[in-house]
Amino acid sequence: MKVTLKVWRQANAKAKGEFVTYKDVETTPDTSFLETLDILNESLVERGEEPITFDHDCREGICGMCSLYINGHPHGPATKATTCQLYMRRFKDGETITVEPWRSAGFPVIKDLMVDRSAYDKIQQAGGYVSFNCGGAPDANALPISKEKADLAMDAATCIGCGACAAACKNGSAMLFVSAKISQFALLPQGRPEAARRARAMVAKMDELGFGNCTNTRACEAECPKGISITNIARMNREFLKAKFKD
Amino acid sequence: MSGLFKSSIGKKLIMSVTGLCLVLFLLFHMSMNLVAIFSGEAYNKVCEFLGTNWYALAGTAVLAVGFLLHIVYAFILTIQNRRARGNVRYAYSVRPKMVEWASQNMLILGIIVLVGLGLHFSHFWYKMMFAELVGAEHQFGPTDGAAWLQFYFSQPVIVVLYLVWFVAIWFHLTHGFWSAIQTIGWNNLVWMSRIQKISTIFATIICLGFAAVVITFFVKSLCCCAA
Ligand code: FES
Repeated sequence: MKVTLKVWRQANAKAKGEFVTYKDVETTPDTSFLETLDILNESLVERGEEPITFDHDCREGICGMCSLYINGHPHGPATKATTCQLYMRRFKDGETITVEPWRSAGFPVIKDLMVDRSAYDKIQQAGGYVSFNCGGAPDANALPISKEKADLAMDAATCIGCGACAAACKNGSAMLFVSAKISQFALLPQGRPEAARRARAMVAKMDELGFGNCTNTRACEAECPKGISITNIARMNREFLKAKFKD
Repeated sequence: MSGLFKSSIGKKLIMSVTGLCLVLFLLFHMSMNLVAIFSGEAYNKVCEFLGTNWYALAGTAVLAVGFLLHIVYAFILTIQNRRARGNVRYAYSVRPKMVEWASQNMLILGIIVLVGLGLHFSHFWYKMMFAELVGAEHQFGPTDGAAWLQFYFSQPVIVVLYLVWFVAIWFHLTHGFWSAIQTIGWNNLVWMSRIQKISTIFATIICLGFAAVVITFFVKSLCCCAA
């Protein structure tokens, strides 16, 4: 199959970018989207042109690096899948595919399709951890946790911090990410002792970095490759408000 | 509570709590209006009672403050959100199916609601509660609510404007009501779809209630003309 790729090209963070159209890129339905970009890049290198810069690492949906906005969706049209899990069979032969970087003030473009997602790391560093030494692995039954809680915590922990939530949000809000990271700890007994401090610190960092305020459009949830629910945002708000009312 | 209202969640809390107060007020206002369908006299009694009642006046003042906060914070949050979104927009964007249209247009809906409120105030509040307070004279007395209803809602243009206004309120409420509950933190996986449904039902009841009064008086005016 052949597709036309309309790709955002921008030489560096300060440069003015523009769309460049690459016609008739040869690929197959079983080729992944990133591999198609690889094919295009090889031909660009052969022609002596600058290849397209885009982020990727694991290529199996766990690292959260492949931040591409494809045909109006973060990670493309497939639901609950990252860009690296997207295959060309999702597109029609001859289709024009528009590829853009995340558009959010929190994720400035570094080059072409690559954005700086370190803001999420900073939020995580502000409190997304348990700070006591736990020693050797404890006995599995020493700390009973209900199945529902364990499931909810696990679901929240599947967030890979890819940034699709803020990229999809018309408010540039990072609340889905922050709430998942707060929830994965708040739901478990190991996370409770620091729950209030964590909620305060992570929300403060998120605000300081200039992310927007969620208006519950649910676009983040619809586009999240891991299907993180906005009920995590309700939990984050509960945790934060509880902590603040005690201050 | 130090710094609560400077935080994103604190500001959202202000939107939610003031919004819920306004929702409660709408419920009360709509129930009161329904009386007019059944008996103009009874409706005038209610107007009389509320017009001269200092508690009602104090309630109005509290509501006005809540309303003002709701508007001011809507703008503060929207400005921050626009900044967070950045200047460059996507060339190609699609609204995911599960995203309600209203949820992405709350500010514009709110502005329509506000403009409609200006009209409504000039029609009723100014000629009734305000007139009674300052002792102003108009063609009908300040407590003759039924006469005012008949006067305004026999004019087709006004009827259409009010109905459009109710549609905007409906959209604003369908999202606003559940969104407020979510922001306060009263949501989980089980209640997610329930609160959204409750929100839509509630908005529909409120808006149908208001519309029923307007339409009843308009139909009455048509019947009178025919006779
Ligand atoms: S490259 Fe790791 S999630 Fe896509």
